[in-house]
Amino acid sequence: MVKINGELFDVDGKSVSEYLKSAGYDMKRIVVERNGDIVPKLQYEETMLTDGDSVEIVSFVGGG
Amino acid sequence: MIPAKKEMIKAMEERHGAKLQKRFLASTVAVCGLGGLGSNIAVSLARAGIGKLILIDFDRVDITNLHRQQYKASQIGRYKTDALCENLKEIAPYIELETHTIYVDEENVPDLLKKADIICEAFDKAECKAMLVNAVLEKMPDKFLVSGSGMAGIGCANSIKTRKVTNHFYLCGDEVSDVSNGIELFSTRVMLCAAHQAHAVLRILANET
Repeated sequence: MVKINGELFDVDGKSVSEYLKSAGYDMKRIVVERNGDIVPKLQYEETMLTDGDSVEIVSFVGGG
Repeated sequence: MIPAKKEMIKAMEERHGAKLQKRFLASTVAVCGLGGLGSNIAVSLARAGIGKLILIDFDRVDITNLHRQQYKASQIGRYKTDALCENLKEIAPYIELETHTIYVDEENVPDLLKKADIICEAFDKAECKAMLVNAVLEKMPDKFLVSGSGMAGIGCANSIKTRKVTNHFYLCGDEVSDVSNGIELFSTRVMLCAAHQAHAVLRILANET
């Protein structure tokens, strides 16, 4: 299982980009960290989620 | 009569102690965006005795900005970088200020921010926030980054929080209240988020996080 924003998901083997699209994230408004390191946007397709991974996806909203 | 520099430093030391004063004075903080968040962050940090601020914004002061930004009616039409410098110098006469009246993008981020110890993201558009955060975390992973997201509306003040996302990345705000949902910004709630960001900066410098 992969922990994403504190919740467990059965997404072992999925790429970051696959997961983001399936979960409906707006690709222009997010930052993704995996196991404490940032996942560069250009690496979303080739970065595979693995059991035991801990992922943080921050979705920014407007205002400031 | 403006106090002498050593008088100002002594006054700071009386407030928060010599050890913190030295740390604050030795640090450089970049504030990207000088609107509701950025202008308030800059004022708080100037008051706290931060030695140098790098202030970045391409825009001019508009009448609607007075609703929540640290500008005066007499400054409408002026570049925010100029107007804010003027206001900050009245608060902290000896603060060092570096300004860039420029639109921040992925290309100029490393050059603009290389001298900063801590970077505050204070833009208004979600896409710009994401752009800056990605660029800093990717290209300058040793720097501390404090971002603000979610402060629109007149909802409860208590939902504005600070969250440590990773060792170098802090996120302030309620993370959900988006201004584009037809919900407007209020000076109070924006100021709360800005204070969270400025406070996170001081805590990082004080090794409290």
